[in-house]
Amino acid sequence: MATTNAGAPSAQGEAEPAAPPKPLVNDFSIQIATVNGSGSQSANSILLRSIFAMGVPVSGKNLFPSNIAGLPTWYTIRASKYGYVARKKDIDILIAMNAETSREDMLSLHPGSVAIYEESANLRQFRDDVTCYPVPFDKITAAVCPEAKLRKLVKNMIYVGVAAQLLSMDMKAVEASLRKQFAKKQKAADLNWAAVEAGFNYAAQNFTKNDPFMVEPMRATEGKIIIDGNAACALGAMFAGVTVVTWYPITPSSSVVEQLIDYLKKYRIEPDGKANFAVVQAEDELAAIGMVLGAGWAGARSMTATSGPGISLMAEFTGLGYFAELPGVIFDIQRVGPSTGLPTRTAQADLLSIAVLSHGDTKHPMLLPASVRECFEFAGAAFDLAEQLQTPVFVLSDLDLGMNNWMSDPFDYPEKPLNRGKILTAEDLKKLGEFARYKDIDGDAIPYRTLPGTDHPKASYFTRGSGHNEKALYSERPEDYQNLMERLARKFDTARTLVPAPVVVQTGKSKVGLIAFGTSDFAVTESRDQLKKEYGVEADYLRLRAWPFNKDVRDFVASHDRIYVVEQNRDAQMLSLLKLDLPAAETIKLRSVRHFNGLPIDARSVTDEIVLQEGI
Amino acid sequence: MAATATPTPKTNRIGLPVLEYRGSKTTLCAGCGHNAISERIIDAMYEMGVQPEHVMKLSGIGCSSKSPAYFMSRSHSFNSVHGRMPSVATGALLANKTMLGIGVSGDGDSASIGIGQFVHLMRRNLPMIYIIEDNGVYGLTKGQFSATADIGSKLKTGVVNDLPAIDTCSLAIQLGATFVGRSFSGDKKQLLTMLKAAIAHNGTVMLDVISPCVTFNDHEGSTRSYKYMQDHEEPISEVGFIPSFEEIDVEYEAGSSFDVTMHDGSHLRLRKLHEDYNPTDRAVAVRTLMEAHDKGEILTGVFYIDTQKPTFTDLLNLVDEPLATLPQERTRPSKQVLDDIMARMK
Repeated sequence: MATTNAGAPSAQGEAEPAAPPKPLVNDFSIQIATVNGSGSQSANSILLRSIFAMGVPVSGKNLFPSNIAGLPTWYTIRASKYGYVARKKDIDILIAMNAETSREDMLSLHPGSVAIYEESANLRQFRDDVTCYPVPFDKITAAVCPEAKLRKLVKNMIYVGVAAQLLSMDMKAVEASLRKQFAKKQKAADLNWAAVEAGFNYAAQNFTKNDPFMVEPMRATEGKIIIDGNAACALGAMFAGVTVVTWYPITPSSSVVEQLIDYLKKYRIEPDGKANFAVVQAEDELAAIGMVLGAGWAGARSMTATSGPGISLMAEFTGLGYFAELPGVIFDIQRVGPSTGLPTRTAQADLLSIAVLSHGDTKHPMLLPASVRECFEFAGAAFDLAEQLQTPVFVLSDLDLGMNNWMSDPFDYPEKPLNRGKILTAEDLKKLGEFARYKDIDGDAIPYRTLPGTDHPKASYFTRGSGHNEKALYSERPEDYQNLMERLARKFDTARTLVPAPVVVQTGKSKVGLIAFGTSDFAVTESRDQLKKEYGVEADYLRLRAWPFNKDVRDFVASHDRIYVVEQNRDAQMLSLLKLDLPAAETIKLRSVRHFNGLPIDARSVTDEIVLQEGI
Repeated sequence: MAATATPTPKTNRIGLPVLEYRGSKTTLCAGCGHNAISERIIDAMYEMGVQPEHVMKLSGIGCSSKSPAYFMSRSHSFNSVHGRMPSVATGALLANKTMLGIGVSGDGDSASIGIGQFVHLMRRNLPMIYIIEDNGVYGLTKGQFSATADIGSKLKTGVVNDLPAIDTCSLAIQLGATFVGRSFSGDKKQLLTMLKAAIAHNGTVMLDVISPCVTFNDHEGSTRSYKYMQDHEEPISEVGFIPSFEEIDVEYEAGSSFDVTMHDGSHLRLRKLHEDYNPTDRAVAVRTLMEAHDKGEILTGVFYIDTQKPTFTDLLNLVDEPLATLPQERTRPSKQVLDDIMARMK
């Protein structure tokens, strides 16, 4: 369908369509193709927040290169009246601002989609089945922005106005979002608002709406917040009472600590002006984890945030943390590996390496948040678990969750007191008379510890790896080592009962079950609806929230014939962990749905793969 | 034990006998310099009246790093990862800045595998005592060269070292440590005095203590042997120390001595034995070290001291109490704070 507008001076002179298409309200995706460093982030954010302000569920994803300026960047916005927040495989509206990619961007559209682009690019030549809205961006920009050097930035606001007009958006919502964005810069706000209006007016005067996509007000975002996962982790850590924070910058985790620093400076300075926290930018990730474990040993709530390459560097220390039983929290904001891989693309591919990170027999609890809300809650849970279990605890987020903005219910204040684990004070020691650092007193395989500085002659002990007996005395006796290893294994069983349990959605009738975790949840949630609506398949669903697994996982697998494990890595890493845990007879039920192209997983890909394997 | 009356043991200023500063029996070789250093640490802590529970012992990996087990059993100790003790110490001392941290490392642990963390610890001026028990070889792996071995020094096997030594003292001075010196495990008086002054200092103390390895590096051709040290040790100053709790009874000789008032009111008295000596000038200190090294001398004494530079914990502006044990009321902001943050995100 070749279309253009009737009102515009029709330079290209296309034929008119027979009738305007049936409106598609609050269910579309927009992709803005720009060049990184061009300042489009504010415009994209305003567009996203304007849709949010109109009460429509919305999500935004930034697909950016590993580069500071000059390379192609895509920002996608998805509006969904159903509340779906996964990446939509098809783009409905393209805003092509990057001349270098515009041809390819145009060719990738599906028939019936929309393209807004710089007039001179003449993208219409590549497709006759896409609705085209050519805009003279530079001309309009020049008219509203006399200052030449600001034009590159202001130009982005023109497309906000054009999109707002074409989508019938509420300009009051757009203006409110824009003024919030430039809250402290009145002049910038005015200039940018003029550009939005210019774009809006141009579209109103020159285009006739010839596509189905529209925004209509809803009330689905009332009371909701917008936040990125890294900020949510940072808030979780602050409200968990973190006191020692160490880090080495690495995408996509840096903004966990950067935002945490901002929060701590604002909310954790005491009345006398002193800080009740320490943040250290370490020389590398080896030092960052060393500081975390040193601080944990001395009794502080300590954390670091990193990504895959940093995890590799932390391997040796993590093993020591496991054997010497030291608390610490490590946030892994996963990305595609390795260091010179695609550091700005998302993945869930650090699972296996973290599960048994280090040498010797080691295993480490992993928490798997699937929303910004869980980022907040699991950050808090991780500090409790690390001190309860006296071991390093990992929180596995990813670039998609961490660096993108998500709609959420506001976070609940953690009312439960901090659980600082089994620590003996000088008073306790006075009563007990003795203390054996590595003895299982309570039958849960978790021993008691003392902190350096405890004023009692019996408080001290010598911390070293695995060569010790229950009293922390040096020992190379075979039975001492074996006892230690068996207790550590039992401690891991205790962890099963303490980590967040899976969320199970089960009808009791279906033979098909899905298992997923983290950001794959968004696609799986939508895919289940597709499977039901399009194929009549009602698949049950278990969302893993932690490793080690608890009994629910085994029960879920046992009660289905076929289990699809959906994850964002090539090697079916979660499926492998499940295999290790399940009885051999059950493992044959496991099938794999994997997505590993660096983009966030989408529902259609999941549905197609399941349908294929089901032979429907 | 026979039930005969034993005399009350001598105690220090906090009422503890020296026995309370001892550790487990050493498992290092008889005659190892490290054992002498452990003894001096015990003496220094005892004489300074340090409460053992207020000390954290930290170490990396190697013969030297085993030695914290052989002194002060009443102190918490952490034998960590090869070359990574500085990071563990940093974390531990940030968690509890009220503790006295003493780190024991070796030349391999600090100058080879650990040089990255070593330099950053020096740079941060983290308040702690950092001792390198320096014998120029790896003992636990049976006698390979470390990065502090001098050019031309010879292993027992006849292998000659052809790479220059890293001078950990010069490095520490350049990078920002605020109390830097070298001593010799065989020089009881000097080492003890320097350790006592180290306890009084607020900032990073870096002491490189030449500590001959009797098994792998005490032969002809070694520059870390007892014999070599006897022939080539060149004290740059005579180190004197008057703790804050003692009366000053020796007169200060202006011109030929430096008197440094330390953080806790103690006095470090350094009597010049070397003409260019000035322990407050970094450039002079480094030049003097390099020139002496070129002459084949091993300088000992306090090379550099700065009592004014802010420490890492000063820079972080930490609260007075240990972060580790702050109550939840201080570390978890109120519900109002969360509600405000949430409201701004709507």
